[in-house]
Amino acid sequence: MRHDPEIGTIAPDGRPLSEQPRWRKDFPIDWPRDEYVSRRDFTKFLALTSLSFFIGQVTILVLNQFRTRRGALPIVAVTRAADVPVGGSLVFAYPEPDSHAILVRLAEDRFVAYDQQCTHLLCPVIAQPDQDRLHCPCHNGNFDLETGRVLSGPPERPLTRIELTVRGGVVYATGVDVRSA
Amino acid sequence: MKHGGRFVRSQKMTIVNGILAIVLILVILQLWLLVATTNAYLGDETGFLVPAALASALCLALILGLIRYLYGLDR
Repeated sequence: MRHDPEIGTIAPDGRPLSEQPRWRKDFPIDWPRDEYVSRRDFTKFLALTSLSFFIGQVTILVLNQFRTRRGALPIVAVTRAADVPVGGSLVFAYPEPDSHAILVRLAEDRFVAYDQQCTHLLCPVIAQPDQDRLHCPCHNGNFDLETGRVLSGPPERPLTRIELTVRGGVVYATGVDVRSA
Repeated sequence: MKHGGRFVRSQKMTIVNGILAIVLILVILQLWLLVATTNAYLGDETGFLVPAALASALCLALILGLIRYLYGLDR
């Protein structure tokens, strides 16, 4: 075996062993060796991290292959306009049968609708037209009734707005406002 | 590949530090790619996914090559 001139204990402060405290003389550690092994092993650990990132990329690729594409949202008749009084509200299912939305009649000819799930922790919001807001009772979040923007409380994003059309006295949900979704 | 016995310890330390630096940069690049890919996937932008996966595979291949060299150092 070839002679390695650097074999031996070198203390972290670089001073010779004779100047080191007794505890360090009693338990000498080969510090350069220790540093070499720890960095080498850390590098090997990073290779595992790299592998996990690559697996993540492949997983996303596979998920993308199998996910169902949602086409245009359906046009759904929500209610007859006459059935909702001014200041009244109605919960309906849109765009999926199991997703809840809330319709509010602001004036004789003005309706607004939003996804009923609060953008904080998904509690259902309730309409309070007398205070011009939608209120989430779970954590006191409040949204502007006209725009869906956050007025107060923990939510950070506005409510998702549902597009409406009134034809022949019937209110139809025609889509979801992508900018607010 | 050079045999690890050709290097003294200080040289090996320099090599390990160099490899560690390169691997660290590549892993950070992969992390950035993964975050960008997740963002693209959730935003329904699919054109970015395959090139990002290929780039990540290239980074992994480079890292594995460097690790193989690292194992050779101690042989």
